Amino acid sequence: MYTLAIILVMAAGAFLFSRQRAWALAGGRSSALHSRPSYHGWHAALLSGGPAILLVVLWFLFASPIVGAIVTAGLPEVVRSQPPGTLQFFMQDVQRLAAGLPLGREASPEAIEAADAYARAMLAGNWVFGVLGVLLAGWLGWLAYRKVDPQFRARNRVERWTDYILLSAAAVSVLITAGIVFSVLFESLRFFSMVSPIEFFFGLNWSPQTAIRADQVGSSGSFGAVPLITGTLLITCIAIFVAGPIGIMAAIWLSQYAPRRVRDVAKPLMEVLAGIPTVVYGFFAALTVAPFIRRVGEALGLNVASESALAAGMVMGIMIIPFVSSLSDDAIKAVPTALRDGSYGLGATKAETIQRVILPAALPGIIAGFLLAVSRAIGETMIVVMAAGLAANLTVNPFAAVTTVTVQIVTLLVGDQEFDSAKTLAAFALGLFLFAITLVLNVIALYILQRFRERYD
Amino acid sequence: MATAIKVNELPKTEVPAAQRPAPKMSARKVNLWYGQKQALFDVDLDVAKNSVVALIGPSGCGKSTFLRCLNRMNDTIDGCRTQGDIRLDDRDIYDRSVDVVQLRRQVGMVFQKPNPFPKSIYENVAYGPRIHGLAANKAEFDEIVETSLKGAGLWNEVADRLSQPGNSLSGGQQQRLCIARAIAVAPDVILMDEPCSALDPIATAKIEELIDELRQHFTICIVTHNMQQAARVSQKTAFFHLGKLIEFGDTDQIFTNPKQQMTQDYITGRFG
Ligand SMILES: Nc1ncnc2c1ncn2[C@@H]1O[C@H](COP(=O)(O)OP(=O)(O)OP(=O)(O)O)[C@@H](O)[C@H]1O
Ligand SMILES: [Mg+2]
Repeated sequence: MYTLAIILVMAAGAFLFSRQRAWALAGGRSSALHSRPSYHGWHAALLSGGPAILLVVLWFLFASPIVGAIVTAGLPEVVRSQPPGTLQFFMQDVQRLAAGLPLGREASPEAIEAADAYARAMLAGNWVFGVLGVLLAGWLGWLAYRKVDPQFRARNRVERWTDYILLSAAAVSVLITAGIVFSVLFESLRFFSMVSPIEFFFGLNWSPQTAIRADQVGSSGSFGAVPLITGTLLITCIAIFVAGPIGIMAAIWLSQYAPRRVRDVAKPLMEVLAGIPTVVYGFFAALTVAPFIRRVGEALGLNVASESALAAGMVMGIMIIPFVSSLSDDAIKAVPTALRDGSYGLGATKAETIQRVILPAALPGIIAGFLLAVSRAIGETMIVVMAAGLAANLTVNPFAAVTTVTVQIVTLLVGDQEFDSAKTLAAFALGLFLFAITLVLNVIALYILQRFRERYD
Repeated sequence: MATAIKVNELPKTEVPAAQRPAPKMSARKVNLWYGQKQALFDVDLDVAKNSVVALIGPSGCGKSTFLRCLNRMNDTIDGCRTQGDIRLDDRDIYDRSVDVVQLRRQVGMVFQKPNPFPKSIYENVAYGPRIHGLAANKAEFDEIVETSLKGAGLWNEVADRLSQPGNSLSGGQQQRLCIARAIAVAPDVILMDEPCSALDPIATAKIEELIDELRQHFTICIVTHNMQQAARVSQKTAFFHLGKLIEFGDTDQIFTNPKQQMTQDYITGRFG
């Protein structure tokens, strides 16, 4: 941390000195320079700060694996010959000890010794790389300072640097996404080596209780995802039944009927709906809507579970109304006024115009908005965790408790888990499945939107 | 909503009223505001039956605005207020008893940019008859579509591809499709707002020819920026400037011997 601060100060110094020098060389007339003085300053700052900061950051990122490897190599033979899992635990202990964190149990003398070595190596590394970074910053800053010259094309250099910095930011985000996808993919493959994909995709029974220890009594677990998928679909369908008509009609009213002043108030209000945290929707569903549905159901002589698909679906529908309506609103607004006028000019009423001209023309946009909303509903977790229940029932009865893919991912990973049991890995497989579905929905939606835009540009 | 104020004074005319054919449409003392801004000032104008009236004038002078008063298209604009007396067949079109939908059926409109609906060619033309229930069965629709397309001089070009989308036609064809769409509901008056401004000279010539033919059956009011076009297609010409009707008279007279200096300046290209 101190190192970074020092380097930043040095870069700032390089900036000031180089700019000063450029001024001096120009004799106060910046037209004598190829690049304006501040470009010289920036060039120096970037050159002195950039590589040095990169070096230090790289050390921070890779310090613990490197030091860990060194310390492991130096461990006594007895410890090193342990099975990989145990060794891993041992090294975790070492790291905790080295960081001064309590272990919660008596540490072995080997661990204490290794922790000592670890801490020392870490400290040494920090010093070495810190000093290296500062020296690098100083040296490059000096070079840049020497380079200041009326002919020197600092502006072009700075622009190239900016280019690289922006590019690396984009690259980082892309790489992180790819990394997540690959790790999910990889873990899913491990899962499918334990449980056959046929069972996963076509099995009708979901009860992922595997034995944690080999000698424990218990089922081997069954991983048929069909009940989860139908549960997800059921809830999503209910949500769409709620959000679709309300959202679209609200959009039509807002864009075609509402007086301007009402619209200016109503639209932001609707968008507030989108800003409510989903956990709030969740307890609203669980504590208000579900009991209400249950009471109404009982009054009608129906058997309603206290956690019903209906409650979760309805609340989820409320949640996605703003998506549907605001995207539909955009789609309707994108329909050229010329079309609307054309219809009015032929003596069509407002309703006829909306129904026969505006909606058909806006349909692709509305559908795309729908798909985006659906993909959101499918991936929604909090509401269903709180209101839909855990029972993996294979049913289409909206009054029954069902469970969804997202809920099961949560329950699979809550609590103490052995990391490579089929139960834990199942979460990755479910996640991958979910990801694939939402990805496909999004791609289709974006494709439709794009086609639609082309048509009216 | 627009409020109508009846203006009782009769227009001053040289010819006794009884001998004159009653105008198809007449406007008296039309004033119009967009919000606070007044866009038309006391406009008086008559459109005779089966004639073409051209509205000319510099950009922003209120030609489109006036045209849109004639079928109450301005009703669709927020904050637009119309005052005055506009009559179709001697009936006040801003009267409470008038059904706007019915009015627009009688007074059709063709816009500056071709605006076919995103439907097939057939459905574009059948749209009006469908909403007004003008045909009872497929055969009658077919007939209306065919006569309208023939009337718009488009039939030969599209007869074998009626089910293709309207936007697949060329700009000039699209505009003629819009004309076909307008005449399919058998209006009395057709309003055209710069119908040729998006078209090339050949398509323009076709439409001008068409306008001359349409005059047999319809009364036409056309906005144009093209002096030659106004001279070619119209019998009467109205010159607008800053929301006022400066001069209105026979096209020949306006273009050869205008009474107002301003008209003279405009048609000779000295301003505008
Ligand atoms: N919807 C509207 N809201 C507010 N003001 C408008 C609106 N439409 C037109 N105006 C104003 O009314 C005046 C007349 O406009 P109009 O469209 O009738 O002109 P125009 O003669 O048709 O011009 P152009 O030849 O450019 O089409 C202009 O000053 C214009 O800014
Ligand atoms: Mg205009």
